[in-house]
Amino acid sequence: MLSYLIRRLALAVVVLFGLLVATFFMIHLVPGDPVRIVLAGRANPAQIARVRHELALDRPMWDQFTLYISRTLQGHFGTSFTLDAPVGEIIGQRVGPSAALIGYGMLLSLLLGVPLAIVAALRPNGWLDNAIRVGTALTFAMPSFWLGLMLALIFGLELRWFPVAGYSGGIGGILRTLTLPALALGLALTTVVVRTLRSSLLEVLQSEYIEAARSRGLSELRVVGKHALRNSFMNTLTILSVNIGFLIGGTVVLEQVFQIPGVGSLLVEAVEKRDYQLVQALALLAGAAVVLASLAADIVQALLDPRVRLAGR
Amino acid sequence: MSAVDALGQQPPPVAETVEPRRRASGLRALPLQAKIGAGILAVLFLAGVLAPLIAPYGQNELNFAHVFNSPSPSHLMGTDGAGRDVFSRTLYALRLDLAIVVLVTFVPLPIGVLIGAMAGYFGGAFDAIISRITDTMIAFPFVVLVIAVISIVGPGVKGVLIGVPIVAWALYARLARSEMLVLREQPFMLATTALGYSRRRTILRHAVPNLMRSSLIYSTLDMVVNLLLLAGLAYLGLGAQPPNAELGSIIADGQSTLLTAWWVATLPGLVVVLFGVGAGLLGDGLSDGQLRGRL
Repeated sequence: MLSYLIRRLALAVVVLFGLLVATFFMIHLVPGDPVRIVLAGRANPAQIARVRHELALDRPMWDQFTLYISRTLQGHFGTSFTLDAPVGEIIGQRVGPSAALIGYGMLLSLLLGVPLAIVAALRPNGWLDNAIRVGTALTFAMPSFWLGLMLALIFGLELRWFPVAGYSGGIGGILRTLTLPALALGLALTTVVVRTLRSSLLEVLQSEYIEAARSRGLSELRVVGKHALRNSFMNTLTILSVNIGFLIGGTVVLEQVFQIPGVGSLLVEAVEKRDYQLVQALALLAGAAVVLASLAADIVQALLDPRVRLAGR
Repeated sequence: MSAVDALGQQPPPVAETVEPRRRASGLRALPLQAKIGAGILAVLFLAGVLAPLIAPYGQNELNFAHVFNSPSPSHLMGTDGAGRDVFSRTLYALRLDLAIVVLVTFVPLPIGVLIGAMAGYFGGAFDAIISRITDTMIAFPFVVLVIAVISIVGPGVKGVLIGVPIVAWALYARLARSEMLVLREQPFMLATTALGYSRRRTILRHAVPNLMRSSLIYSTLDMVVNLLLLAGLAYLGLGAQPPNAELGSIIADGQSTLLTAWWVATLPGLVVVLFGVGAGLLGDGLSDGQLRGRL
């Protein structure tokens, strides 16, 4: 168990370090001088030199790199060129709505996906299974922002059930403002949940303990919904953790559709203003979120499932 | 943005017995759903290629006498706020988007397969380094990374053409590597060593053709992912710059008039959905066909 955790942790550290290296070089791939591009026309050479010094761009590459690593590890992400505030603070103010949107989207994908997968697995290749397959294939092919617009058109503009833009906090506020974007985000993930969980359920249904449950006379719904589902829980967890990156990408676009003040819309603003410092920090944050989520999922899986932690022996 | 069924966690099982090449070739051997999917894709690609010939109006032909006309025989998808024909714009957008999708899908594919094949074949330190690099690439949320690249090279098609391949090779490399680990133990691969073939010949002539198959099947999904990504970037205003139309930018144009002129945002989106369904059918059909050929 311990050796599995250490190996898994070491892998995460290596990938996190890779992310640091990649984001460090990102800013150095900007053709020309990033400071001059951003401050062009707004600052005199002396001010540009001062900003360059603050960012340590006037030092050798290796010094810059070690400085970047140590600053980042201490939680200092630098100062935004354009907003004139610490990057960490700016991001901190906007991370809430995005996290709520991702969490809500995941929840909806499970609420929709798990029952659909059970129904599909009860009668594989039956008409319901086929209908579900066609339906999920359709939602998967939809651009999430387009689906969001369609939901806004139907449930926002026509039926007036939900507002089509804005964000407010609290459970009530989230339910009101984030339901449509979370649905648009969750529906694409629902496809993945249904597909993976269905095939995992069908595989589990071949095993002997399911045969035993059936021979005890339990109803098929109970066999699939309780006994088989419990065993497929791990797969669902893995699907969710693998798709964190996909969800983060989806929020970037959906926050724009529904005008939610989260980190996704912050990223788009930063790109438009060419605020490299902010883009760099956001890219690092997004990558780190993915690495940590999959680490957490693997640890939970190892704690709950002895087959995983003993596999490497 | 790749919503992948736990890709990389569970690579698709590799054929235990490798088929001889070109056995069940030809369109007739494909299952029905693959044929339907291929048909849908063929129509869409043809529409894109022939856009200048079949579009009834120019993509930026303004006509202020016909603003926000609803769909009709003369304007199949209606007109937008400047009287531009949405159907013609969609055709031109499809032309641009499909050209980009083909480039950003099929340029990284052979590169990724080759890198993955070498990593799987040689193993050792080379494999470890390549695997960590692919892990890092895949850990980045795809959209965020491409947007970061666009922030560097500036908005427009160039950013997409650079940004997507930087990431996209990694998935193919991971797929090819995991298949190579199995393939390398196959008798015919061992035979290449016995025959004294160079490693270059072994990898390029004997391994890669076998590894290509699953990557090509995956590429049908990848094309959908890339088209969705492209539409999303264009929606955010980071894709092709006006007046050039992309599917995402047409949808974005229609957002403000969603209630009064629903067709501007709705109908181009359906074209994206159609492409996704076609590619999905083709991909599913191909992988079924592969299974059937194997069992």
